[in-house]
Amino acid sequence: MAEKPLAADGLSPQQLLDLYRKMVIIRRADQEALNLQRQGELGLWGQFLGQEATQVGATVAMESTDWIVPSYREFGMAMCRGIDPGEMLGYFRGLTHGPWDPRRYRFLPFTISVATQVPHAVGFAMGCRLEGSREVVLCVFGDGATSEGDWHEAMNFAGVFQAPVVFLCQNNQWAISVPLRRQTAGSIAERAQGYGFAGVRIDGNDVLAVFSAVRSAADRARRGEGPSLIEAVTYRMGAHTSADDPTRYRLDSDLAPWSSRDPIETYAAWLRSQALLDEGQADSIDAEAEGMAEAMRGKLRRLPLPSPAASLFDRVYHDPPASFLKEREEFEATLEPVE
Amino acid sequence: MPVLNIREALNQALREEMIRDEKVFLLGEDIGLYDGSFKVTRGLYKEFGERRVLDTPIAEEIIVGTAIGAAMAGLRPVAEMMTVNFILVAIDQVVNAAAHIHYMFGGGVKVPLVIRAPGGGGHQLGAQHSHSHENWFAHVPGLKVVAPGTPADAKGMLKAAIRDDNPVMFIENEGTYGVKGDVPEGEHLVPLDRNEIKREGDDLTICAYSRMLVVAMDAARDLEADGISAEVVDMRALRPLDMGPALESVRKTGRVITVEEGWRSFGVGAEIASRIYEEAFDDLDAPVARLGSAEVPTPYNKRLEKITFPGKADVVVTARALLGRN
Ligand SMILES: Cc1ncc(C[n+]2csc(CCOP(=O)(O)OP(=O)(O)O)c2C)c(N)n1
Repeated sequence: MAEKPLAADGLSPQQLLDLYRKMVIIRRADQEALNLQRQGELGLWGQFLGQEATQVGATVAMESTDWIVPSYREFGMAMCRGIDPGEMLGYFRGLTHGPWDPRRYRFLPFTISVATQVPHAVGFAMGCRLEGSREVVLCVFGDGATSEGDWHEAMNFAGVFQAPVVFLCQNNQWAISVPLRRQTAGSIAERAQGYGFAGVRIDGNDVLAVFSAVRSAADRARRGEGPSLIEAVTYRMGAHTSADDPTRYRLDSDLAPWSSRDPIETYAAWLRSQALLDEGQADSIDAEAEGMAEAMRGKLRRLPLPSPAASLFDRVYHDPPASFLKEREEFEATLEPVE
Repeated sequence: MPVLNIREALNQALREEMIRDEKVFLLGEDIGLYDGSFKVTRGLYKEFGERRVLDTPIAEEIIVGTAIGAAMAGLRPVAEMMTVNFILVAIDQVVNAAAHIHYMFGGGVKVPLVIRAPGGGGHQLGAQHSHSHENWFAHVPGLKVVAPGTPADAKGMLKAAIRDDNPVMFIENEGTYGVKGDVPEGEHLVPLDRNEIKREGDDLTICAYSRMLVVAMDAARDLEADGISAEVVDMRALRPLDMGPALESVRKTGRVITVEEGWRSFGVGAEIASRIYEEAFDDLDAPVARLGSAEVPTPYNKRLEKITFPGKADVVVTARALLGRN
């Protein structure tokens, strides 16, 4: 029998199997969402195909009281936090801007403006520490985001203030049409040294490697030893979003080496070699994923249409000033009744 | 005259200027191999190569910052912002640097820079991709700001902007790239400081620019069928703001509507209205009516997005109200 990798230490057979289960389920959700977009049910969809190991390994490595500050591609992470995928799709359908309670799930809203969440994560972590909590923040971004000034400034702050943050770069090697080598001439992970903390480059398609790197970075942050940067090398197997056509800038042959490193298949093979996964279990996980997809689709179709004035005006201010309420009334008066 | 859409007209302007002047180069996110997010730079990477069409890392502040540096060094950079919303990351470079360097260096250097950016919404891209910020830039001395709404103006103003020795904010609109019209071939320059009456009429004046020019022209056609003769003034030159044609029109009609895609508060319509009050108060028969987006972040929902922006029906209803016809 193959030797159990170090990274598996501390995880029970049940937990090891659950990593597989989660990856299968989020991949099925991703596929279903893409289908729904193609059927015109969603405005836009950004696939995370190929990035399941990073998303699952990192989320599971954090404690449930820790916070996650995502970009826009972390739907799988949100699912791992227990957020209902059907409800979340309401966001991509344009029904709501707030499909989950960020405080309940400790999962902040998706960030659309590239890298703007990175300073927020640092401030959030500094805030947690000021409040005396032992919570740690996991901040997630793409390789493209590391080019923004916001990113550098946030790294530097985090180092100076020893903020309890784990920076996780999902290096999927593409930022829309721009490949990694045009994004940076150096290493992402090694930059951490310049900011005064540890940086590591890991195989982002190895769920156990991700788990172990994120877990130890979170432990260090919790002990007051400051931030870390983890560059998880993976690959964006799909398009940037459903509005993109990657064949314009990428060859099919670019994908081939990564298809053979599929994070789910390689992990399944290892589990089988350890006798931790049998056909019956695999089938029942597939069936569970199928059930999830059906429930997600059903939920999405049942989500109510928002009332126009409420969706436009209700969330602009926490505490709307009187003049704003008047504007809302005036606007409402101009609306045609909708069927 | 060949008929082009605005996307093609802009592309032609860039290409002609790059051929004419070796110093012109382009930089921006996904503008090369990918031909730009909205395909305005189509084919240019292939034709001019990566030395003159730079696919940059995602870093708006340094895109503008390096473009300023290159402009000071004597080149003529044309920077593309994927949408105008992302230029907010670079606002310090635009306002404190590009707009003021010529002044702060006592005229010792100039900044012949063009920043192209599509503003506006209507494409279901969410609040942070759908706003109009031309009024922010039109506020700043040292910048020129233009927002054409026809293919001929798009071409002529972009060529003029590239040849201008000042930093020019060239505001495009995602919703107008497909708008078609006649475009003169070759050397066609439209001055950056000249507005224009695009449709003559006697009963009221509609001041609009960019996508709202298209909306205003449509509304004017509907109004005509209704027996109302609307004059449409294209306010494509926002800074310096050429009020000539608008004032001339107001003196004739006595009634004005301004239409902009962005929020009305502290907006372009507010500026146009004050200038009219200052210069033509006695010619007015009614207060200036201003149309703009609902004062909310642009919603992602398609239907809601549509109703937040002014449309043809809003212009028609407002025009009728101004003329006491409702
Ligand atoms: C400030 C800003 N600039 C540009 C964009 C347009 N944009 C959206 S996603 C993207 C690529 C991001 O790539 P990366 O960070 O690698 O993440 P990935 O999409 O690969 O997950 C760009 C340029 C944006 N949303 N925000």
